Parts: sequence; structure tokens; C-alpha cells
Amino acid sequence: MNITQTLDAKGLACPMPIVRTKKAIDTINSGEVLEVLVTDKGALNDFTAWAKAGGHTILEQKEEAGVLYFYIQKA
Amino acid sequence: MTVTAWTAAQVARKVIDNKELFILDVRNADAFEDWKIEGHQFEYLNIPYFELLDGVEEILPKIPTDKDVLVVCAKEGSSIMVAEMLSEAGLSVGYLEGGMKSWSMYLEPIKVGDLQDGGELYQFVRLGKGCLSYMAISGGEAAIIDAVRFTEVFTKFAEEKGVEIKHVFDTHLHADHISGGRHIAAQTGATYYLPPKDAEEVVFEYAPLTDGLTVQLGASQIEVGALYSPGHTIGSTSFVIDGKYLLTGDILFIDSIGRPDLAGLAEDWVGDLRETLYSRYRTLAEDLIVLPAHFMIIEELNEDGTVAKRLGELFAENHGLNVEDEEVFRSMVTDNLPPQPNAYQEIRHVNMGKITPDHDEQTEMEIGPNRCAVR
Repeated sequence: MNITQTLDAKGLACPMPIVRTKKAIDTINSGEVLEVLVTDKGALNDFTAWAKAGGHTILEQKEEAGVLYFYIQKA
Repeated sequence: MTVTAWTAAQVARKVIDNKELFILDVRNADAFEDWKIEGHQFEYLNIPYFELLDGVEEILPKIPTDKDVLVVCAKEGSSIMVAEMLSEAGLSVGYLEGGMKSWSMYLEPIKVGDLQDGGELYQFVRLGKGCLSYMAISGGEAAIIDAVRFTEVFTKFAEEKGVEIKHVFDTHLHADHISGGRHIAAQTGATYYLPPKDAEEVVFEYAPLTDGLTVQLGASQIEVGALYSPGHTIGSTSFVIDGKYLLTGDILFIDSIGRPDLAGLAEDWVGDLRETLYSRYRTLAEDLIVLPAHFMIIEELNEDGTVAKRLGELFAENHGLNVEDEEVFRSMVTDNLPPQPNAYQEIRHVNMGKITPDHDEQTEMEIGPNRCAVR
């Protein structure tokens, strides 16, 4: 997977992880991949729903040492 | 325009006083579908906050200006953001402090009625979760039944009333919410009772709550008497207080009956449930006022906010008490059951004392509706 940009949203509470992610995704091109690091557990469902609403694809998501990683391909 | 912070207590007043409220719920559609703030006269609009990041213009026409508007989310962060956007667009709106988490935790004590010799019975209504706890007081002493985990609500209430908590009961091992019972007992020196058949795996000391056990409050004649009534769990026990009130735990609700499957033994316990509802309860006086440990829908609330109804009326109206055919009953309470409560296995382990999660973890486990009933 080719990661175009990484956004570190660790320690941020809702709604900031999504707000920052949206801003970041606006700066990359269609088909490129954004990596997002989040610690807010509430983000899990929000990212899925947000990506779906915007037509973006979550290529992969994982949790390591309390950090959630999302790999989002821009629509 | 202004943004006002609302407490869960203020929202509870709107529910109990039957007032209008427009709720803009900015959580995910799934979360909203699963569980929301229920009110008799509430209107809803569910738009996830992440669909409003570019602005609120599109939803402005859908938001009324002639009634209170409350923005709600899971914890509060997103609702503040959306409320501020609406405010900049010229609306006066509120947001719920602490979000659905604080709603899930809020308890409203409401007096159910008087007991003889100046005693009183209170119902603690946890609107956000549908849990009902009880405190009977008389002669300077109190008994608590099915306390939820916010122990200070009960200890403070007892302090205000100038009564000493002597007896703390759980009608059964709860699977939908974390009990505060044994912690209240530990703090106050009261005795904590649990039905032994539900307590085989618990890792703490308790007094056995068995059929026929009675305690008296103060010097008065008020009696809290136990009646073995299995079915929701194998140990489930009801209480008759002052010959007037029947506390049914999770066996019988106003508009539904208990489900027998939360400990994984639906097939085994369905017969007990039938026996309790169709034989044991039938021998009781129809004038007893039924006080359950839960409500599931807002329609179960009375005008004063209490959840209570005459047993005779339930015999006539509650569908679960009117299934003639035993096989039909059996399939009703074992097949096509609603989803189980969130984290119910973990919650059972907390209530057995096997695990001790911190405050935030407990809050997380209890998110969502209680789902202890079948209709």
C-alpha cells in the first residue's frame, strides 16, 4: 500500500479526528491513501460511516497498543 | 445567537413533564437507531456530525424556531461543534452536557407512594437506560432494591432523608447494568443480599436471599418480604413491600415479560418463567402495585414519571401474561429474541466480582438500551 499522507490524531476527542481527517483528505488526490492514527475509541464507527457517506474506501484498519490505524483511499 | 448547556436532569424534566423538545442527534445512524433519548412529545432529526462539516445550511429549514432545540451526540464534543454552527447561523440551541453517556447515567428519584406509619417508597428512574431502583424508608431505616452503580445517589438520598441504609437487595444477578448493591452495603455497613442460585460464581460475601425471607424497617410493621420467582434467572426473587407493592425485578414488566436467555439457559428456564407468571403470581392479590426493575418504552411511564401498575391490570393487558398455549409461550420467549444487551457477559462478570473495570470502562459497557424483555 502506498501511503500518500499520514495524519496523527492521537489524543484528540470527537469530533476532531474526523474534522482533521476531512481536511487532510481534501488535500490529496482521488485514489491516494491517507493513513490516520486515532486513540478515541468512538472513532471506530464514525470513520466507517463517514467514509461510506463520502464514498471513500477504508482499505485496512487495525489496532496496535491502543492506537487505531485507518488507511483511507480517497474517492 | 446563544448556545446553552443542558444537563441530563433538565432533559429528564422535559420527559417527565411531558414537554416538547426537538432533538438533533448528530451520532451515526446506527447508534441513533439502536438507542436515543425517548420522550412522549419529542421530535427527532438524525444527521451525523461528519455530514455537517461543510456547514449546516442544508438542515436549517428542518429545524424549528418555535420550540427548544437540543443537539445530542455520544460524549458532547460533536454536539458543541454543531450547536455553535447553528448558533452562528442565527439559531438559539442547546447541547447535552456529557452527551448520551451522561444521559445513560442520570437517575431521577420519584416517590411512588406512602407506606404505613409515615414510611415512603421511592423509585429511582434511570431514563436513559430504562433501569428502575427502589428505596423503602421508615422509622429511620432504609432498604434498597436493585441499586444501579451510582452509589452516591442512594447514599446521599438516604442522608437527606435522615435514614440509615440497613438492607440492600438485588432481585437477581443483573446482565444489562452494573449493580451498586454490594458497594452501597460495604460503604454503609448494610447487609447485601443476593439469591444464592444466581450467586454460584460470585467471589464476595453476601447474605442469601431466599423465599420467605422478611426484614422489617425501623420499629414499624413495614415488611419487605421475598418471593422466589425464577425465570429470568434461576434465582430471580420478587418482593412484597408493606402488603401493597410487588417488586418484580426482571420477571414481569408493565408492557412485557422477562427473557430467560441472558445466562445462556433459555430452554431450561422457560418452564420456571411460565410457572412464576402463570401460577405463582396468580395467587397474589390483584391490588398489588407492580414495580419492575426496568421499562423498555416511554409509554410505560405514568403521568408522574413513575413506572407502576396494578397487578390485576397487567393480568388483563400484558400480552406476556395472556398466552394460553404453553408451546406458543415457549417459542415466544426462546425464539426470535431481541439482541442481547451490550456487553452482557462482561456485565455479569462485573456483578459476580470477577472483574473490576474502571469508571470509563463501566460506562462503555452500559451504553445502549437494557433489552431484558420479550414482548
